[in-house]
Amino acid sequence: MGNPKAFLTVPRKEAGYRPVHDRIHDFGEVEQTLNTRDRQEQASRCMDCGVPFCHWACPLGNKDPEWNDALYRGEWESAYKLLTATNPFPEFTGRICPALCEKACVLYHTTGEAVTNRENEAAITERAFAEGYVTIKHPVRNGKRVAVVGSGPSGLAAAHALNHMGYTVTVFEKNEAAGGLLRYGIPNFKLNKKIIDRRISVMEQEGVEFVYNSPLTIHGSQMAGASPSDTGNICELSIMNYDLTDYDAVVISTGTPTARDLRVPGRELKGVHLALELLSQQNRVLAGREFPEEERITAKGKDVLVIGGGDTGSDCIGTAHRQGARSVTQIEIMPKPPVGHNPATPWPGWPVILKTTSSHEEGCTRRWNINTLEFLGKDGRLTGVRVQPIDWKPNPAGGRPVMVEAGEPEVIKAELVLLAMGFLKPGHPQYPEGVFVCGDAAGGASLVVRAIASGLDTARKVDAYVRKKG
Amino acid sequence: MTRQDGLYRTEYEHDACGIGMVVNIHGAKSHELVDNALRVLENMEHRGAETRDKTGDGAGILVQIPHEFILLQGIPVPEKGHYGTGMVFLPKDEDAQRDIINVMIEEIEREGLQLMHLRTVPTCADVLGAAARDVEPAVKQLFVTQGAAGADDASSLERLLYKVRKRVERRVTDEDFYICSLSSRYIIYKGMLTSGQLRRYFPDLSSPWFTSGLALVHSRFSTNTFPKWKLAQPFRLLAHNGEINTIRGNRGWMQARESVLSSAALGDIRDIRPILQEGMSDSASLDNVFEFLVMSGLSLPQALAILVPESFNDKNPISDDLKAFYEYHSILMEPWDGPAALLFSDGRYAGGMLDRNGLRPCRYTITRGGMIVVASEVGVMDFDPLDVVSKGRLQPGKILLIDTQEGRIYYDGDVKERLAMAHPYREWLQANRIQLEKLRSGRHVENGVDDLGRKLIAFGFGQEDIDKTLIPMATAGQEPVAAMGNDTPLAVISDRPQVFFNYFRQQFAQVTNPAIDPIREELVMSLTEYIGAVGTNILIPDAANCKMVRLPQPVLTNTQLDILCNIRYKGFKTRKLAMLFDIGRGADGLRQALDDLCHAAEASVDEGVNYIILSDRDIDDRHAAIPSLLAVSAVHHYLISVQKRVQTALIVESGEIREVMHAALLLGYGASAICPYMTFAVLDDLVRRNKIQEEYVTAEANYIKAVDKGLKKIMSKMGISTIRSYRGAKIFESIGLGEDLLRRYFGTEMSTIGGIGLRDIANDAIRMHDMAFESPQADGILPNNGQFAWRKDGILHAWNPETIANLQIATRLGSYTKFKEWAKMVDEKERPIFLRDFLGFKRATVPTPIDDVEPVESIVRHFVTGAMSFGALSIEAHEALALAMNRLGTRSNTGEGGEDNARYHTEVDGVSLSSKTKQIASGRFGVTAEYLVNAEEIQIKVAQGAKPGEGGQLPGFKVNKIIAKTRNAIEGISLISPPPHHDIYSIEDLAQLIFDLKNINPTAAVSVKLVAESGVGTVAAGVAKAKADLIVISGAEGGTGASPASSMRFAGIPPEIGLAETQQTLVMNGLRNQVRLQTDGQLKTAKDVVIMAMLGADEFSFGTLPLIVLGCVMMRKCNTNTCPVGVATQDERLRARFMGRADYVVNFFTFLAQQVREYLSAIGVHSLKEIIGRTDLIEVLTDTATDKQRTIDFARLLHRPETDKPLYWDRGAFTHVSGVMDEDIIRAAQPAIQRQEEVNLDYTIRNTDRAVGTMLSGIIAKKYGEAGLPDGTVTLRFKGSAGQSFGAFAVKGLRLRLEGECNDYFGKGLSGGSISIVPPARRSDDFVADRNIIAGNTGLYGATSGELFVNGRVGERFAVRNSGATAVVEGAGDHCCEYMTGGRVVVLGTTGRNFAAGMSGGVAYVYDPGHTFDYYCNMDMVELGLVEDAASRKELLELVRRHYLHTGSPLAGQLLDDWSRHVEDFIQVVPIEYKRVLEEEKMQALQRKIAEVQRDY
Repeated sequence: MGNPKAFLTVPRKEAGYRPVHDRIHDFGEVEQTLNTRDRQEQASRCMDCGVPFCHWACPLGNKDPEWNDALYRGEWESAYKLLTATNPFPEFTGRICPALCEKACVLYHTTGEAVTNRENEAAITERAFAEGYVTIKHPVRNGKRVAVVGSGPSGLAAAHALNHMGYTVTVFEKNEAAGGLLRYGIPNFKLNKKIIDRRISVMEQEGVEFVYNSPLTIHGSQMAGASPSDTGNICELSIMNYDLTDYDAVVISTGTPTARDLRVPGRELKGVHLALELLSQQNRVLAGREFPEEERITAKGKDVLVIGGGDTGSDCIGTAHRQGARSVTQIEIMPKPPVGHNPATPWPGWPVILKTTSSHEEGCTRRWNINTLEFLGKDGRLTGVRVQPIDWKPNPAGGRPVMVEAGEPEVIKAELVLLAMGFLKPGHPQYPEGVFVCGDAAGGASLVVRAIASGLDTARKVDAYVRKKG
Repeated sequence: MTRQDGLYRTEYEHDACGIGMVVNIHGAKSHELVDNALRVLENMEHRGAETRDKTGDGAGILVQIPHEFILLQGIPVPEKGHYGTGMVFLPKDEDAQRDIINVMIEEIEREGLQLMHLRTVPTCADVLGAAARDVEPAVKQLFVTQGAAGADDASSLERLLYKVRKRVERRVTDEDFYICSLSSRYIIYKGMLTSGQLRRYFPDLSSPWFTSGLALVHSRFSTNTFPKWKLAQPFRLLAHNGEINTIRGNRGWMQARESVLSSAALGDIRDIRPILQEGMSDSASLDNVFEFLVMSGLSLPQALAILVPESFNDKNPISDDLKAFYEYHSILMEPWDGPAALLFSDGRYAGGMLDRNGLRPCRYTITRGGMIVVASEVGVMDFDPLDVVSKGRLQPGKILLIDTQEGRIYYDGDVKERLAMAHPYREWLQANRIQLEKLRSGRHVENGVDDLGRKLIAFGFGQEDIDKTLIPMATAGQEPVAAMGNDTPLAVISDRPQVFFNYFRQQFAQVTNPAIDPIREELVMSLTEYIGAVGTNILIPDAANCKMVRLPQPVLTNTQLDILCNIRYKGFKTRKLAMLFDIGRGADGLRQALDDLCHAAEASVDEGVNYIILSDRDIDDRHAAIPSLLAVSAVHHYLISVQKRVQTALIVESGEIREVMHAALLLGYGASAICPYMTFAVLDDLVRRNKIQEEYVTAEANYIKAVDKGLKKIMSKMGISTIRSYRGAKIFESIGLGEDLLRRYFGTEMSTIGGIGLRDIANDAIRMHDMAFESPQADGILPNNGQFAWRKDGILHAWNPETIANLQIATRLGSYTKFKEWAKMVDEKERPIFLRDFLGFKRATVPTPIDDVEPVESIVRHFVTGAMSFGALSIEAHEALALAMNRLGTRSNTGEGGEDNARYHTEVDGVSLSSKTKQIASGRFGVTAEYLVNAEEIQIKVAQGAKPGEGGQLPGFKVNKIIAKTRNAIEGISLISPPPHHDIYSIEDLAQLIFDLKNINPTAAVSVKLVAESGVGTVAAGVAKAKADLIVISGAEGGTGASPASSMRFAGIPPEIGLAETQQTLVMNGLRNQVRLQTDGQLKTAKDVVIMAMLGADEFSFGTLPLIVLGCVMMRKCNTNTCPVGVATQDERLRARFMGRADYVVNFFTFLAQQVREYLSAIGVHSLKEIIGRTDLIEVLTDTATDKQRTIDFARLLHRPETDKPLYWDRGAFTHVSGVMDEDIIRAAQPAIQRQEEVNLDYTIRNTDRAVGTMLSGIIAKKYGEAGLPDGTVTLRFKGSAGQSFGAFAVKGLRLRLEGECNDYFGKGLSGGSISIVPPARRSDDFVADRNIIAGNTGLYGATSGELFVNGRVGERFAVRNSGATAVVEGAGDHCCEYMTGGRVVVLGTTGRNFAAGMSGGVAYVYDPGHTFDYYCNMDMVELGLVEDAASRKELLELVRRHYLHTGSPLAGQLLDDWSRHVEDFIQVVPIEYKRVLEEEKMQALQRKIAEVQRDY
């Protein structure tokens, strides 16, 4: 820690976003960058805590104090090494991680102004790519093969780690390109897809084989609802043209395919879509794919209602704006979280507080405590949504609070509804020996950083398994 | 007795004492002299100790053989000097007696002598205390005459008697047998007596025919648990007051040296071996060697000068010849180092000597009639002032010798000059001794190492070692500083492979001897080492003895090592032996390798190799390094066992070495020099990669400088000054090493908690080796092990994100449920950290109904908060703690920084803001009378868990206005806390300080804070005997605001061991119920409280934890003033971020008590005190332990002495002092106290009247606060010799005038009072006031305000840590004005060495007509100048005038008569920092003036 008093003199400075009027017309990344000096100054704010809560909060165990110090000293290469010692893909997390570390930062605790870890991470990584510190490694092969099914963040992490351990890794992807939700879920204005391509290219050069358009089929087991403890028939896995038994281990990282739906009257109306339908299509469009008019989902000239107040909802808002929506409304069934500080979720845990994203800044009516009763339509097309303002009362029996009506139902005009209400937890069949599940596919939808951590962890388990098997 | 099963060891015992000597210079014998000597002893009763049953620790007297008295007993001895007299303790059993006497007769006759008579010495057992009577021996006198062969030479008779005695000692092993003396010149009467009992126990001593021309007396204050008659002093030639710190090393080396000692005078010395008697004290061992040297033909002063040399580096004004004398002898014998006032006599000569540091007082008075009295105190014998010719003191390292035969006194100069001239030592050295730093070679030596990354991992390096240890050392030249405590597992508990050094902890001095300040008192320190074959014959002076290589310090560079390996042409032979073992063969391979190494070393000695280099440079994929410490210790002990150790020197070249502790350990276990080549390779790499902006040579020099500094610090912690006596002294203890291993390779008998053996050492070495050689190479980044800052994948820390956050949440929300969740998390941690994590308690089948258990309100009073100063903490945090603890009815602790006196009377919601425990530490910051009277408990901080034995420094930039005010200092000036209390150099000093404190505040409990180490129980026993009310055993894990990083980890031991040892020792001594025992050290939960109670604690102190409750997040940055949560900072911006509240702390302690209560119920008892000391209720839980952890043996820890003596404290909160002179004074001074009327009183005073004026001051301070009384309200006049601490803490309005003389500590903590000390008005014409000492050592220590005038010279360490008092004296000893931060001191005469060391504030004026002062002044922090500016001149004149006014000093009169001439001979001493502050003030005043001027326009 070069300057022990920097946190007293240097205020937190975020790079910030491009101005709304500028950014809203394109899908380029909204976040800007700081100049080198400012960036190093920001890194100097890290206090190198005796107990670094950031490091504790990070699912990857990133050692923020160590690389922040290196960054402050201008030792970019060593910062990158320290960073990648725990995190294989800092260019992803540096862009889209909600940064649990920053919420656990002691400076956040005392002043609300955490060290800009996420941005620092992105800056270190971009510098590393620019300066050529990202080198291609050629691991010594151990003669063992692993198949990784699914190329989302957890699959990539597992593949990367196993490859570096000397395994020959093949990654199977059902889609036409790698990245999973990074590519088909997160809008380009938050994560430019070239960033993913760049990483895939590094991995390919290091010897990871990617096989696209190759979905996994699972035979002989009832998927949904089955718990891993169910004994009984062991399923079989297959991928067209490949024999998975050729591999010493298989890692399943297929994510959480099923989004939570809203089964209320009018669900079948045209204009009611799951959030990912919009987001993935838009990303594909930007990647150059063309869709017939009737398949195309667009907010252009429409009043848009987003149901669900989370990050996916936000992504829908931003996408809708860029498509040219007339208005955007977002409703959430839960109450409005407290602003600034929430005593119920104390530091250093994640604070449940009102979050305003870049998409919110771009214009959006946000409402809370709203329950959706029915989709209204005309000629099979959506025209509006009937909603019920509600309230939550404590449950006398304990447990979840009880929902009660509060006021009269009303109708929100909308031609496009996007359902962004999260994902269902995946079920697990009885896999054969040597099959490992990681990421969202294992534990349900979560953060990219957790998916990466799970991938790395799984790679270690695979290694232990293969070594034991001999 | 069960002494073997517990943690107590007799070797831990310490002595401290009063000593005295009465000599008729002309040898005229009289009974009066004996009588006077006994009176001297009786007047020092307070320096000895006794237990409740009146058992003394020991008293004795050495006199010339009372020839006439013997004849009168009807014993027909031959003429004077032609027979030997012995004084012998024998077992009471007559058969045993007869056997022993037969042995004696045999041995006597073997030398051609005859036992002519055996006399039963009449004794009076009635006077003995019960414990002494239990072990009382039979006391007999022997009379031995020369047979037919009788040599006439008196000294040869003396030698024969010596040989007889040594042989008898060797043959008779009976515990009760002891020969006090057997000599033709002197006889010793002694026993387990108090000073007063000596005369009554031996009626002989009262016979008017019992005469002597000289007498030596000694009264002992011991910490011993199993007292012994034979440990009473004087010994054969010596009476010692003090302690030999290096005793383990001295004994070891002496044993090693016996093989090469020979003496023409004594013949074959194998006959009289062992030279050192087994099972005796340090003083006795010193006496053994002293006697041996004298018997070998050395003179008394020569022998002493070799054993206890004075310091002879550049800062000491002694002649080059004398320096050469010392250097020559330093090659042959390492100093016996430690506080020592030594009085010695062989019946003809008598003399005294002090250690190099002058740490014990010794004063003398010479009369016209040829009497000289030398003693620890003055006033022990009455003289007519008209008779007194001179009064002086022994000076550090100086000798005083009286030859009663010639009737002459030899002062130090005469004696030493004669010694120095005896041989051409200077020439011998120049011709033979090689100085390494002067050798050059043209060879190029590479500092880099191939395959660096891999080897670093193999040697256990982590990135932190480089970033947090090596880089600071290589750039700043000193060890890094860290904050908060060490909360990581012991090496034996950790599941990570350990560097072997981690199993060791440094030992340190506490109470029984002082630590030294290695920076400010560098003049006594030395790192000079000699390597080569030592001491082939100590006893024959010869040029060949100095064929050695002198090393300026023990760390060798690669180049130096290379030179050493290649000076064959000078006749030096070297050999390199590999410290490696074959990993394929595991533990067996290691054992074999060690054996081979030992044998190879032995063979090298046989071949005449001068030094052996043990090296692990050649590790490879099949060979791992033997831990270097294990290797060097194994070889060292093996060579001792085969009598070949002194013939060679050991040098260690090891890749493991990086920290100072590593160096210290290797040297401490026998290495003479070390070469940390991997560290040098790291430096080389850092320089190459531009990671540090230094040249390699600078980085290397900085690193070595840092190690040197660190070594001095580690040595000085134990009070050791020279590396020569540190080497091989093993001032360490191991934790977690098995007894077999220790016995075999470390020469130690006992292991406190057992532990690992070679198997686990080999496993760890192999694991580390594998990590390096098996896995592919990491790319340049070493693992961060999380030692200094927590890491998920690093070393465990008890304080981690979960434990911190959950504790904060539970206490903030006030949720007992969440508190219990947190406690469960802490108690049931997955992997253990502390010893107590393996301990649980047994539950009763039928629990006590909770309502029948002691209530929470009462349990909570057993909890206190730790000492954390305002200065370390923000005022917000400090007050929150005080408020919380006062609300709970218990105590918070001021820490050592004083307390704003506004807080004594401020209340918040009816609760006082004042801390109930007031700490007093070595810096005495803000320790005023008012501070002390506002305490319920006064805590003397002897040591601090995080850095025992060290001082501290609050840098000037941290001293803001409010801190300056509470510490009585000036804003912006550095404040230094010295390592020792300068009024506690030994246990009897501590007793004195406790006495002083009980006088100033008779209603406060006095507590003494110690840090756990082996032997702390014995120290605690001494502290209890010194009448402390409360003893704190602090764990080494304790927190700190700033401490050298290595001290935090490597000094002191866990509280469990220290507490258990203390409990066991106090219980065995029957002292346990007289004192409260408090403990601390990472205590957290109710389970911790219960376990520590069962181990023996009454009270529990929490430091870090309440801070965490108040918001601390273990940033570990307290030392940088950047605490981001406002807890440990003075920065206003950061203090604004403080989120803590007293309520949270109240919540915590209430919850804690609540859970303790639940546990008490489960255990089936009704109150906390029922479980104190009940180790039988503890169960050891090792179900989930690792193999390594299973080697821990809890048997000693859980040992419960079989006794019906009480296990816990059951007395009142404090004991009273009574019978002091102040009681009379207070009665007479009531008009002044009540109505501020003027009172004048006259008294005569004796040396037994101690702390006079103190109790009165306490009463005034209580009533009138800091303001005191108007000037001169109470005037007290005394005549006589005042006891110690005269006028201590005297307050404003009190004027003390002493006509006579006084002892140590006069004016200590002066708080506004006025003291003047003058010689008797009626005195001899020869007696010139300004040439005589009339006041003792350490006057004015920690004074904060007031004035002191002494018409005479004062002793050592005058005005140390003075922060505001004014003083004029007429000469001073060494270290005057040390650490002074304010006030004025005028010295109208010469001063000793090291004047103004560490002085950061105030001004001193020294009258220096001889223009020699600059040599004596330590210029590190001050500037000297003439008194030039008008203000200073005026100030000085005023001070000298006042001196004249108060004392009528003739010298002051002369100066004033011709002031304008004399003022030119004054030197003004101004600290640099103070000068800056003064100039800033001046500048500000000027600017104000300028601003005003401009406004006028």
